[in-house]
Amino acid sequence: MQVTIENLTKKFGDVIGAENLSLDIKDGEFVAFLGPSGCGKTTTLLMLAGIYKPTSGTIRFGDTVVNRLSPRERNIGMVFQSYALYPHMTVYKNIGYPLKLKNMQKKEIDERVNAVANTMGIGDLLDRRPGQLSGGQQQRVALGRALVKEPDILLFDEPLSNLDARLRLTMRGEIKHLQHDLGITSIYVTHDQIEAMTMADRIAVMSGGHLQAFDTPEALYDRPKTLFVAGFVGNPPMNFINVEVSASNGHFVATNGNMSLDLSKERGEKPATAGNSVVMGIRPEDIQIAPDGTVPAEVFVVEPLGRENLVDVRIDGESILLLADTKADHKRGDSVKLKFNMNKAQFFDSKTGKSLLWA
Amino acid sequence: MEKKAPDSRRNILRANLTAYGFLAPAGILVIIFFLIPVLLIIYLSMTNLATTNFTTNVSQMEFVGLENYAILLRDQFAGKIFFNTVFYVLVTLAIFNVSLALIVSLLTMHIPRRAGFAFRAIWILPRITTATVYIMLWRRLAVEAPYGIINQFNTLLNQPTYNYLDARPWEFVIMANGFIGVSFGMIIFTSAIESIPKDLMNASLVDGSTIMQRIRFIIMPLLRWPLLFVVTYQTLSLLTSFEQILLLTNGGPGLYDTEVWSLTAYHRALSNYFGNAQWGYGSAFAVVLVIIGVVLAVIYMRVFRFNELVAEPKIEVL
Repeated sequence: MQVTIENLTKKFGDVIGAENLSLDIKDGEFVAFLGPSGCGKTTTLLMLAGIYKPTSGTIRFGDTVVNRLSPRERNIGMVFQSYALYPHMTVYKNIGYPLKLKNMQKKEIDERVNAVANTMGIGDLLDRRPGQLSGGQQQRVALGRALVKEPDILLFDEPLSNLDARLRLTMRGEIKHLQHDLGITSIYVTHDQIEAMTMADRIAVMSGGHLQAFDTPEALYDRPKTLFVAGFVGNPPMNFINVEVSASNGHFVATNGNMSLDLSKERGEKPATAGNSVVMGIRPEDIQIAPDGTVPAEVFVVEPLGRENLVDVRIDGESILLLADTKADHKRGDSVKLKFNMNKAQFFDSKTGKSLLWA
Repeated sequence: MEKKAPDSRRNILRANLTAYGFLAPAGILVIIFFLIPVLLIIYLSMTNLATTNFTTNVSQMEFVGLENYAILLRDQFAGKIFFNTVFYVLVTLAIFNVSLALIVSLLTMHIPRRAGFAFRAIWILPRITTATVYIMLWRRLAVEAPYGIINQFNTLLNQPTYNYLDARPWEFVIMANGFIGVSFGMIIFTSAIESIPKDLMNASLVDGSTIMQRIRFIIMPLLRWPLLFVVTYQTLSLLTSFEQILLLTNGGPGLYDTEVWSLTAYHRALSNYFGNAQWGYGSAFAVVLVIIGVVLAVIYMRVFRFNELVAEPKIEVL
């Protein structure tokens, strides 16, 4: 089912939940709504579910405008962060509840509940109550309940946030796999950018009720269109440095105090026209500590991550994060030289926050 | 590190002392305001203390054993009063204290929050209004023309007028008490509905329920414990309440028409006709009520498995 959102706005009194959202979700696509808490992603999801009525704008499922349809008329399945299992019902009844509401025959309910339970690997738990299940099992039941009525659209509201890290990793893979197999259009709300990056075909990045960007994970990572997206997507986050980009004789240079970095024509040409109000963004993996580096810095903190070290260095007191080989064994207080991979550098207008490269 | 013997007598004593210390404030109140009065009244019910042989000296009171109870059993009105009480408690409980309370809380939870709050505030008025003032309002509503408000409408519509407290005493007794009783259940049910997680309520709608189906399949089952609590608590509270009936009909209009058990205890002991107060006999009525209350409470606790409903203590016992 294709989902089209046009100029969607939701206000709670004077408070804006979401404003002027427009996006197209293709049939069978897995889309993540990503943003910090309070950005309007859950508000938008609840409008899609039919719990909230939009203040203005339209939502289309296929060709049907669903604005005025109640949740039960939308044929959606939803998975909640709290699982939202009915505590007084057994697992069997929980999963069978949507079918019972459709006045389905007992025999058919039985078949479908058992089929879904077996797919989810909870066939042996059908007589239990939610209180007797672990978090992971509860999440499977919730997923089963969402799937049992064969919905046109699946909505996920931070479904993995309450699970421990290891289980989250497993469930991430399982949900992605399941969604791919079933081909159900899915919308997944999360504040965890790793979840969004790993699972979604496309990510809608939101902040302050506005859509910041809507693109594939790779595009958001490599070609962020706004400062917010650049800072929010990626972990550890991108470094930002105020620079002045200037051009002389076809050579482009980004400078800040004593620091001077050469740029290629592709990266430097557009920022050079923006004068001195430029923010340069560079990801931690694009900075190396190297003997032939050009920027002197001092090691402030080294955080071992196992595979690599996250190193916080200071350039004139400014904090820069970078990833370094664990073998290098840097110590607090070491003087080092940094080498920037300027072909990965991003440039933003510091006033508008818009990218100077991918406008 | 040396471990203390867990069952050393001193430790047990100390733990028990702490527990009793915490129980003491409530325990002292129960002893002073319930246990001692009950014991006194049991003793009084075995004397023939009345206006004619009044004394405050316990040793001079005439002990008559169970004679008052024998008289009570032979009392030609005791049966009528007993069934009056059963009727009054069951009907008030069923219609008002449970059903209407549930309906009011369900309705006010499904309308905008502020409106719901305002309506519930109005429903609390009968409870916070002084009994005398509140009953004055009901009397004003019910009395004969030209003062009675209902009768003023009857007059306007050219209908015959009645003294409603004479014509329909039970209806007014039950309504007057019921409207007070609604607020209790309403508060309990409303907070119980409010404490159902929002996700659960939304999940039911997404799963395809209508608002009515959500009430039936999700909200009502989750209200089981508050429902039991309201039934239990309100039965006992209705059994012992009589001040509204006293003020509204005083057990009338005919002989014991709306007299309930607790009102009889009051009438016999403190407000008999001709100024003859029979403290001993009235106490016998009161003791019967205490026994019925205690028996009911024990039954409720057994049937509803009260122990299982009480949450585990959140404090680690050291």
